[in-house]
Amino acid sequence: MPVQFKRPEALLDVYMHYCPGCSHGIIHRLVAQAIDELGIEGDTIGVASVGCSVFAYNYFACDMQQAPHGRAPSVATGIKRCLPDKIVFTYQGDGDLAAIGTAEIVHAAARGENITVIFVNNAIYGMTGGQMAPTSLSGQITQTTPYGRRPEDGRPIRVAEMLATLDGPRYIERVSVHDYKHVKAAARAIRKAFEIQLRGEGFSLVEVLSSCPTNLRMTPKDALKWVEQNMLTYYPIGVIKDGGVSCAG
Amino acid sequence: MEKRLLRGNEAIAEAAIRAGCRFYAGYPITPQTELSEYLARHMKKAGGVFIQAESEISAINMVYGAAGTGVRAMTSSSSPGISLKQEAISYMAASELPALIVNVMRVGPGLGGILPSQSDYFQATKGGGHGDYRMVVLTPDSVQEMFDFTIEAFDIADKYRMPVMLLADGILGQMTEIVVLRDIKPKSFEKSWATTGTGKKRKHNIINSLYIQPEESQELNLRLQMRYNIIKEKEQRYEVINPEADIMLVAFGIVARVAKQAVAELCKEGVSVGLIRPKAVWPFPDACFSRAAKAYIVAELNAGQMIEDVRLAVNGRAPVHAINRLGGSLLTVEDIRQRVIEIAGGVPSACAI
Repeated sequence: MPVQFKRPEALLDVYMHYCPGCSHGIIHRLVAQAIDELGIEGDTIGVASVGCSVFAYNYFACDMQQAPHGRAPSVATGIKRCLPDKIVFTYQGDGDLAAIGTAEIVHAAARGENITVIFVNNAIYGMTGGQMAPTSLSGQITQTTPYGRRPEDGRPIRVAEMLATLDGPRYIERVSVHDYKHVKAAARAIRKAFEIQLRGEGFSLVEVLSSCPTNLRMTPKDALKWVEQNMLTYYPIGVIKDGGVSCAG
Repeated sequence: MEKRLLRGNEAIAEAAIRAGCRFYAGYPITPQTELSEYLARHMKKAGGVFIQAESEISAINMVYGAAGTGVRAMTSSSSPGISLKQEAISYMAASELPALIVNVMRVGPGLGGILPSQSDYFQATKGGGHGDYRMVVLTPDSVQEMFDFTIEAFDIADKYRMPVMLLADGILGQMTEIVVLRDIKPKSFEKSWATTGTGKKRKHNIINSLYIQPEESQELNLRLQMRYNIIKEKEQRYEVINPEADIMLVAFGIVARVAKQAVAELCKEGVSVGLIRPKAVWPFPDACFSRAAKAYIVAELNAGQMIEDVRLAVNGRAPVHAINRLGGSLLTVEDIRQRVIEIAGGVPSACAI
């Protein structure tokens, strides 16, 4: 019987450290699948960030750099400007991109750097054990908001919409991986982001809503339901910006 | 031989291009901004990349990414900006990435001021960022040396796969002198570790500094320390004037220029005085201290930082005195002359009378 489903070549056959039910596995797969489909593995350089996805450099088959916390867009800028014909992507979580790395992502977007950013938003700090993220929902209980996130802890940041107010970005879309239908849509968006870079059209970012069952203290199934019921209402999925015109608001 | 009248900051920039540096990212800060401005005008013509980043932090991280592709890369700043770069410098040391970092020192602490200083000596030589690492730190004392040392810095960085710092100060950065511009053919170094795309022909390269397992982390740290030990043996750089003198001044950078003049005047007066001038402050030139003089005087534009390394090198064999100037002004020839005479117990001819 022919093989119907297999691991993408751009994803190495190694043991991953992610928790059971974590969405990173799916998102890694989607990135690797896009790399395979476009035949760009040998020409791609990925940038891993700090947080749960730090070990991404061990999982992708392409060349990888590991960036200091929040600085992946700057590291990617250095790589891409030196190797403009190569494909450069960053893989960043919400703490990395939307808190400590806010300046770097805003200015990489403003410069319209021809890179692709995979922004994984699971509304919590995973690696350090479940503290409040810049994208944690209002009222969300975390290790550092034991009574729920209050206004003075900060209102959750809609990164995709915020970046879409800039003239620099070419393509911004928010997707989710909480069910199969949405995983398929996420695959299309990630592939499109890489295609835009291949055509030299500029900055592309895909925000991926994902689940962290370990730190949400839920079963994998309930965590996915939590994403669907809570995150999708605050972080609406869809194309936020495509081309010169911002679709935000 | 081409000669040109250049400002110190511009000499570094011109040397960088000639040394094959093809990536620069920086952020404006006085007194080094002319370096950025020069490269903004000339880097593109040389086929390189110039980026004005949104911050010092972003600039050094762009250099991290660029250096990881095997391209010769650099950033420059002045004291407060160099503080901001420390995180990534530590990462680069651990990831074994070669690059040049220029610090045109200004007075601190805090925002300090834009006037010259040498008060980042500790930061430059003792680590600066977190973890057990070192940088080779070159200390020019003229615009010519800013040009020459920049070229050398790139070779040292590539040879040892590490960040190298050029440590200058606001006077050297701003002053204008005639520079002999050597046309050099940049040395090429094998960089099979660079992330340039696997071409699906080799295993992926990883630029990384995370080692979770203690054995792996120990291996990295021991490898770095072994390299630093080799550098301590091979890369001590210095100039010595009157090596047999009773009193030895020790000074680097702009203060060494002043000290040289003081030594010349004092010798005419019959005082037995010489000068040890480190051309690199890490590795510190211990070799100059194998013979103990009767006394040492360390002249610095700080509260006494290099003096600690001098004391370690002298190791109690002779008294080590200091002359310091804080706040952004320069020690004068007369300041140093008076201090030497004080330690010498007077001028010999005067004593004879």
